[in-house]
Amino acid sequence: MNDALTIAGRTFRSRLMVGTGKFPSAQALKATLDASDAEIVTVALRRADLSKPAEDSILSVIDRSRHLLLPNTSGARTADEAVRLAKLARAAGLEPWVKLELTPEPRHLLPDPIETLRAAETLVKDGFIVLPYIQADPVLAKRLEEIGTATVMPLGAPIGTNRGLRTRDLIKIIIEQANVPVVVDAGLGAPSHAAEAMELGADAVLVNTALADAADHAAMGRAFALATEAGRLAHLAGLGPERTAPEASSPLTGFLFRGETST
Amino acid sequence: MSFLDELRQWPAARVRDAIERARPADVARALGREERTPEDMAALLSPHAVAHLEDMAREAQRLTRWHFGRTIGLYVPLYASNICGADCVYCGYAVRSRRKEKRLKLTPDIIRRECEQLAAHGFKNLLILTGEARVATPVRYIAECVAIAREYFPSVSVEVYSLQTDEYRTLVEHGLEGVTLYQETYDPETYPRLHLKGEKMDYAYRIDAPERAGRAGVRKLGIGALLGLCDWRVDGFWTALHGRYLERACWQSSVSVSFPRLRRTPARFAIPHILTDAELVQLMLAMRLFLPHAGITLSTREPAALRDRLIPLGVTMMSAGSSTRPGGYTTFGEETLQQFEIEDARNPEEVVEAIRRAGYDPVWKDFDHAFDEAARR
Repeated sequence: MNDALTIAGRTFRSRLMVGTGKFPSAQALKATLDASDAEIVTVALRRADLSKPAEDSILSVIDRSRHLLLPNTSGARTADEAVRLAKLARAAGLEPWVKLELTPEPRHLLPDPIETLRAAETLVKDGFIVLPYIQADPVLAKRLEEIGTATVMPLGAPIGTNRGLRTRDLIKIIIEQANVPVVVDAGLGAPSHAAEAMELGADAVLVNTALADAADHAAMGRAFALATEAGRLAHLAGLGPERTAPEASSPLTGFLFRGETST
Repeated sequence: MSFLDELRQWPAARVRDAIERARPADVARALGREERTPEDMAALLSPHAVAHLEDMAREAQRLTRWHFGRTIGLYVPLYASNICGADCVYCGYAVRSRRKEKRLKLTPDIIRRECEQLAAHGFKNLLILTGEARVATPVRYIAECVAIAREYFPSVSVEVYSLQTDEYRTLVEHGLEGVTLYQETYDPETYPRLHLKGEKMDYAYRIDAPERAGRAGVRKLGIGALLGLCDWRVDGFWTALHGRYLERACWQSSVSVSFPRLRRTPARFAIPHILTDAELVQLMLAMRLFLPHAGITLSTREPAALRDRLIPLGVTMMSAGSSTRPGGYTTFGEETLQQFEIEDARNPEEVVEAIRRAGYDPVWKDFDHAFDEAARR
């Protein structure tokens, strides 16, 4: 079955995207990338030393023939800062893709919807392929889609919390309404969370902390890859609706067929 | 708004009482909570918490790995001047410390030379320091130092005398990212006995400085008490309250806490409350549990063997290869006055190796020129 993920006209086999922060070593990150088989790998521009990629503990392990290096603007507080960062990355030779992260508050790194929208407008006009990290806000998702972003990336739970799909109901609406791929980003702490997002109909998931935190990085990378794939398959196969109790009989309308009221 | 309003709710007697009244059950409850109250902090600082030190360490490690990953940021100090008009009785730079060594401020050329040398080691994060000397090292001099340093380092912070909001703003416009300013002691009764001259005598002006910096757009605010001046449990409690206050008041700035421990002082001052290693660790762990998002900075005031053991207990930033002498990296030697003795004299490569051995990734760069205001013009 050909079930490729298409973003801005480019196709990807894997629906698991990986973040590169918080890893204890370059080797741990490399093991995760290999085992997860992720094709899209995001890197914080604030952390990466684009002037010396070979010496950088993150950039040096990303094989750009296998992975799309997706720069992110983590740490940017305003649209201006994010735009400047994206342009610097493009000038340094990266492809014009950017994961927009406007996170003015440094503790929970929640996205600023106003600045995100502003930055997206500027960057789309400037020819960037923009993947914005957002609150699970269905209206904002539509507004960004109208501007021309390549995806929307709603959070499942606050970043780094491993709490899973706390925003499930809102993400469901975003998926129902979206005409661009929906990538659930942030908060997915276990492979089962990734599977749940995919079963719901998300097009992809992005995971970082759960991988960086694992005792065995390669095993966790593989577990997330399998869960993402399993969730996708289940979604395509068509899940039955959830029921709270068995429904063997028809207590409300059964009488119609038992002749109890026939005259 | 001022932190002083909050501090008035917690006078020394109330803090001491909360610490003394804490029972083992209070420590256990504080450990089990997700969000910790000031009363929990008092319990974690209490003598009864010593029995739970290992549990505190596990929780501190879990929280730190959760919020920061297994990474340690690296920075290096650059002393731009040792000229000081204050008279802080515990300090080697104090105007009346009777030190014979030379006092000077670096010229822009020497600042540049020092920056070149430190950047060649791989540093991306510089802390510029001066004494308390508005006349010898005015804001325009500090701004010039910041602007030069920014040519070499993505992240530049300062540890200088307290400034006004618009002065912090000027430094931000020259590319400043962070401000470190220790209150020395939060105890309003001890403070005036230790600070005998100059603007630094003004306790309230100093305590509000980090908030002024945050409001001026400084992104990183570093605070701390100089440990040894006052009862560490009480000063630690007040530091924690200050950290939490700043996280709310300056919501766009990150807060970090440092635990500078007095080890050696000039002959005229004996350290009144010497901290043991165990007490230092208890304070650091309690702070992590109370402020899970705060950075914890560890300087070379502490010896190598202890620093290596502290890495997995909540530390997020370390300095390496430091000199506390102006021009100490390239130009001047022992004839020039240093602020304090370096205890961990390893070079940056050795510290990086120690961080790796502890299972952590040393992070040189965690900021980009694109963020700072100087890039906007």
